[in-house]
Amino acid sequence: MMSGMKHYKETADYINKMYNRQSQLDESLADQMRESEKIADATSQWRLMWRKFKRNRIAVVGGIVVLLFYLVALFGDFIAPYTLEQRMTRYSYLPPQRVYFFAGGRFQPHVYALETGRDPITLQRTYVPNPDKRIPIRFFVEGAPYKLFGLIPARRHLFGVEEGIISLFGTDGQGRDMFSRIIKGSQISLTIGLVGVALSLLIGAVLGVASGYYGGWVDNVVQRLIEIVRSFPPIPLWMALTAALPQHWSPLLIYFTITVILSLIGWTWLARQLRGKVLALREEDFIMAARLAGASDRWIIFKHLIPATFSHIIVISTLSMPSMILAESSLSFLGLGLRPPLTSWGVLLQQAQNTQVLLLYPWLMLPGVFVALSILAFNFMGDGLRDAADPYTV
Amino acid sequence: MCVACCIIDDHEKGETRMTGDNTILEVKNLTKHFPIYRGFLRRIVGNVQALNDVSFSVAKNETLGIVGESGCGKTTLIRVMMRAYEPTSGEMLFNQNGEMINIYSLNKRELKELRRHMQIIFQDPLSSLNPRKTVLEIIGEPLLIHGVARGQELKSRVSELLDMVGLSVKHLERYPNAFSGGQRQRIAIARALALQPQIVLCDEPVSALDVSIQAQIVNLLQDLQKELGLTYLFISHDLSVVEHISNRVAVMYLGSFVELAPSAELYRNPKHPYTEALLSATPIIDPDARRKRIILPGELPDPSNPPSGCKFHTRCNYAEEVCRTTVPAWEEVSPGHWTSCHLAKTLSLRGVLK
Repeated sequence: MMSGMKHYKETADYINKMYNRQSQLDESLADQMRESEKIADATSQWRLMWRKFKRNRIAVVGGIVVLLFYLVALFGDFIAPYTLEQRMTRYSYLPPQRVYFFAGGRFQPHVYALETGRDPITLQRTYVPNPDKRIPIRFFVEGAPYKLFGLIPARRHLFGVEEGIISLFGTDGQGRDMFSRIIKGSQISLTIGLVGVALSLLIGAVLGVASGYYGGWVDNVVQRLIEIVRSFPPIPLWMALTAALPQHWSPLLIYFTITVILSLIGWTWLARQLRGKVLALREEDFIMAARLAGASDRWIIFKHLIPATFSHIIVISTLSMPSMILAESSLSFLGLGLRPPLTSWGVLLQQAQNTQVLLLYPWLMLPGVFVALSILAFNFMGDGLRDAADPYTV
Repeated sequence: MCVACCIIDDHEKGETRMTGDNTILEVKNLTKHFPIYRGFLRRIVGNVQALNDVSFSVAKNETLGIVGESGCGKTTLIRVMMRAYEPTSGEMLFNQNGEMINIYSLNKRELKELRRHMQIIFQDPLSSLNPRKTVLEIIGEPLLIHGVARGQELKSRVSELLDMVGLSVKHLERYPNAFSGGQRQRIAIARALALQPQIVLCDEPVSALDVSIQAQIVNLLQDLQKELGLTYLFISHDLSVVEHISNRVAVMYLGSFVELAPSAELYRNPKHPYTEALLSATPIIDPDARRKRIILPGELPDPSNPPSGCKFHTRCNYAEEVCRTTVPAWEEVSPGHWTSCHLAKTLSLRGVLK
């Protein structure tokens, strides 16, 4: 009677011993393997993300273009050869000039001087470059005074000419340099996206995470609110909201209000995404473990949920930048958003909205190219980030 | 012979532990129903009776095993005990310095304090460790939450804990993805022990692991118990693991305890037909041994619509008329041996240990 029992115990002990030996072997082998690929082990999420992002060429190019755009916008006043106020009325509707880089085999960037005249039939101004009279392009020249970053008074510009005009992208009807205006426009167009996204992030992240984490009636209220906001057609809503802005407000105030309006509509997408993410995370055991260790809601939200959704927040904000830029451009294009003297790409495009421009002065539509470029760059970068965002899922 | 002595000895120890101040926690008539909502107005159309009238007590330094098939309410029991879910009714008393306090009457602050004494180990170390945090952050989290240690002190405290569970200091800065399943469970154990709890609720701590690793983790848990004087509530569906580690074993079926006895007694002399059937399904190591398996007829009943009388009567081979109509009482049939079966006294059931 006892023997069966004993047998059982002995066999169990034996098997246990074998298991232990085997698993010790396993663990030491695994240990060795892990040591050899230590780099992959101790890497944090961000390193993994960066490595994966780098592999996506087009995303990296997008990222570089985005970075370049923001650098140019940041140093815009320095890079632009002219300020916004400068009008060279002698040179209205000047087509983009050609830049020559070599003179007599030497590197010497220059443009040709222009002979102005009038077309006897259409009475249009004509510009004829004079190859004999070269105007050298000087770097770090003194020009119109400006304030770098809006603070530091300066006179030097990256490049310029001492006589005549340098206009890489042509000029508009009042003889204002399009190159300078596009750069200045980028300052507003690109930052309105940033500020708008930041604001909608704030609203979206708070409401989205709360909605997902607390559930119940909080969730219900937030989700219904999102549906209400989303069910409005955007353009009439913008029109209504912007039409309500008093005409006498300062341009800065209008700029700020427009970003608020854009973000009040733009947060819903982010909130929905974060809610879904948090709903999934909330059920994870590590959240439960933190709760059972005595963590407060605040601890869980800020130490676990937000960091876990951080990659998503970044991706979502990158991907919503284009819509913000586009929204600003379309608003301003329709004459509802920013108004001169504020200069954004949308404002510039608004001044180019007639057939005359299309036929005679197509360079006035160049801001549109930059809108498209920046949106493409953001989208490519965002796609790459999205693919890289969750390094733990294969 | 000697083995049998040990078992009897064990058995007796189990008895003595049950008395007096030695009780660390006592669960009384714990019930948890999850309402089922339906329709636009979210009317309650029924209840999933995940936990029904469960009562037991746990002595200091003992291991109480709880077995049962999937969906019988084991995990719900642990979560209600940890107050992750609020119970529908019932109470749980916890011995805090000789004073039995009902944990369901605690407020937020008192509960946080209590959590220091009660910790939990989850089944799947893959999801119970945040993949974005290092080992230091994971194990140190409870210490930070309770303001026990920070900075350098935290680091040395976590290093000690790592050492205790058989990991090394060099693992401090690594992320969970760098570890094997067994190592991850060690990390989870270290986190559970960080606050020096008195009782650890283990929710199938080895079920997700490779069999070869299971033995290691079980041994580790036993060593830690000896070293730190821990009390375990050990949930599993693996009868042999439970037998190995537990002093007493409880069997759950459809949200209720059907039997509770010192482990040797339960395995040798089951009093409930469900326990008998469960035991008959354990694999035997001896290849020559043949055992008649008891195949239960039918399916596990729907917990939102449990059978009348004894919940097990639909599948019980011994069921009589009384089982269909009357709910059996939770009775002590012999000292320390509790069961809820009308026929406990009359039936003679087969165990695995002879």
